[in-house]
Amino acid sequence: MAITTVPAATGKPGRPRPPYPSGPRRGGLGRKVRDNLTGHAFLIGAVVCFAVFSWYPMVRGVVMSFQRTRRGETTWVGWDNYARIIADPSFWTAWQNTLYFTVLALVLGYAVPFFVAILLNEFRHARGYLRILVYLPVMLPPASALYLFKFYAYDPSDAGLFNAILKAAHLPTSEWMQSPGMTMPAMVLASTWMNMGSAVLIYLAALQNIPGELYEAAELDGAGVWRRIVHVTVPQTRLILALLAMLQIVATMQLFIEPLILANGAGTGDSATSVAYLIYQHGFFQNDLNGAAALGVIMLVVLAGFSAGYLRLTAKQD
Amino acid sequence: MSVPQYRKAAALALVAGLGLSLVACSTKGGDAANDASGKVTITVDCQPVGAQKELLQNWNDDVAEFQRQNPDIVVKSVSVGEQCNNPPDFTARLAGGTVTDVFYGYMTDLAQVLDSGQAMDITQYATKDTIPTWDSIDPALKEVFTDGGKLYAVPVKNYSMGLVYHKGLFQRAGLDANNPPKTWPEVRDAAKKISALGGGIAGYSEYSAGNTGGWHFTSLLYSQGGQILTPDGKKADFNNPLGKQVLQNLKDMRYGDNSMGSRQLLQWGDLLTNAGAGKVGMFIGAPDATQAIVSQFQGKFEDWAMGPLPGQDGPAKATLGGGEGYFFKKGLSPEQVKAGLKWIAYQKLTPGKGQFDYVRAKPQNYPVGLPQPLLFSNGSDAQKQELELRKANANVDTANFAVFEANPVPIKGEPRNAQAIYAVLDAAMSGVLTNPNANIDALLKTAEDKVNQLLAAES
Repeated sequence: MAITTVPAATGKPGRPRPPYPSGPRRGGLGRKVRDNLTGHAFLIGAVVCFAVFSWYPMVRGVVMSFQRTRRGETTWVGWDNYARIIADPSFWTAWQNTLYFTVLALVLGYAVPFFVAILLNEFRHARGYLRILVYLPVMLPPASALYLFKFYAYDPSDAGLFNAILKAAHLPTSEWMQSPGMTMPAMVLASTWMNMGSAVLIYLAALQNIPGELYEAAELDGAGVWRRIVHVTVPQTRLILALLAMLQIVATMQLFIEPLILANGAGTGDSATSVAYLIYQHGFFQNDLNGAAALGVIMLVVLAGFSAGYLRLTAKQD
Repeated sequence: MSVPQYRKAAALALVAGLGLSLVACSTKGGDAANDASGKVTITVDCQPVGAQKELLQNWNDDVAEFQRQNPDIVVKSVSVGEQCNNPPDFTARLAGGTVTDVFYGYMTDLAQVLDSGQAMDITQYATKDTIPTWDSIDPALKEVFTDGGKLYAVPVKNYSMGLVYHKGLFQRAGLDANNPPKTWPEVRDAAKKISALGGGIAGYSEYSAGNTGGWHFTSLLYSQGGQILTPDGKKADFNNPLGKQVLQNLKDMRYGDNSMGSRQLLQWGDLLTNAGAGKVGMFIGAPDATQAIVSQFQGKFEDWAMGPLPGQDGPAKATLGGGEGYFFKKGLSPEQVKAGLKWIAYQKLTPGKGQFDYVRAKPQNYPVGLPQPLLFSNGSDAQKQELELRKANANVDTANFAVFEANPVPIKGEPRNAQAIYAVLDAAMSGVLTNPNANIDALLKTAEDKVNQLLAAES
């Protein structure tokens, strides 16, 4: 195990004494205030940024969800916006689509990077090269990557990349984003391709932290590759796996750019409408910012549940 | 300086910097509208983007000339993208209060603009004094921007839809390029022949995303004699045999004849890109769609011609008319409003100037001779002047639009809350264009429920 040097403890709990010489003493309290002031001054930047760009909009969103603005006049309307948004025929479709995407993304976008990481970890040669290859799509701006899929891979005619491959293999072709049944799998495929790199790198880091002796012991006991994965790799990376699962759920539930670009919005017959896209539709196309705010709050509550799970997991890791 | 002093100085600088930037944020930009020299400044949006080189040059020349003629007015131009009103951007600017002093909007935007509380009542300012051609402007267009007897915007463009078609493809398919289809069954036959040319050519192409699907559904419904809302504006009125006929026609072409191409979920630029590439035989649009095809999507004027909007068994019962105008931001000073109106009068409403400077436009890659915009009342002085100038400087073959002009179809405006309704109707359009087994009744029923719910929420 690595040994880290810890600065000598000051004897008092809390802040360690600063590493620079303390200079002539000018009273403990003044010093403390000055020190704290400096610290807080540096904090202001972050706090102001969070307050202006994160907390204020959140509070404003909640307030707006109980208001209605018509003719420049804002009035309080109680739960009206919530009732209206829940009665929107697309509301449940959007949740169904979002959950379906989340589950599919969990199956595909979660398992695939893990196995790719295990595979990469086994390679002795060209490791760096392969890692760059896997990470490359992450560096592509998401919109560009999605347009590539839209116009190149998912073209519904036989000229599309995927259809050309399917045709060459004498398999039935698909209309991809134009086929309601294929909309979600196609979006998950594109999304996984785009985002897999980061997950693979995190898994790789976790894998490399597993002590080699464990594998040696397992091997001596006659465990094959699969049993080594199940009994050594998975338990050793359990926490990271759980954390990434949680993060992925929170991220995939906010599905937006994929429907926006790949399906030009709602897709065919609402098959691509996600909750986040429905928020966008109400807010920016239907002159209903208040309804959008209400749906935003509903989504916030759901995601807060998952985030609480994430926080508990990270606390456990600490 | 010792290390702690550095830290203190850095912290002080940080706090001071943040304080200054917050103060800067809270200072309103509009305060400088009347500067010390007595000049009135107005900001105006919809300046052409850099890629539209000639249009941008024209705009900048107009600003320079206008300022020369009005030395006490400063016009600050703002570009908001190629499509000046992309609904999401427009909504964001309205909600954020960042619209310019004089801002562009569609005729369908009045309700949204009023709800946002951003528009100013300009009734008392919009007169012959500020806009010399004011009395020549079609009163119906002023009415579109009027609410409760108050005028909120000045109309600057007006169009009506017809059938835009590719003459070259018509000829190649053995069709008469001077006699476009007049009914939907004829469109269907022509589309079949054109798509038979192969090479991914769509005989007829249609929108189904980004609100444009709903927009075109409305026009197609008008051609059948239908309407989107009941006359009192309280209920949806398209879930009926007329609405079904619209979707059935499309379904027959898309899946019965396979004459609409395989790429669907198209929105504005998608269809025009395909058209510019010579892959579209027919679509419905306004005369200036050809302008967009040429100036933005690399097409050629001589390829395109236009006929009236088809009807089911004879001429169309009505066609969709729409347009655009400029609103005024609430809180402007009377001088600013007058300055804004003067600018619009100069650049948009004076024959021979600005958008009507046909002498300047003739040698440019910009069409002169299109039967548009229909801004001035029939028989008014301004209309006569504009028509003469247009004829004298035409650079497109006006014969290409002769059939359209010779067969006028009654124009019907867009429904109230049009953009919100269009968003809903997109789903009905994408439904029939992407699903061979689409249930038209179910699609219309869903759209009807959604629109009724939307209207209920509005009231």
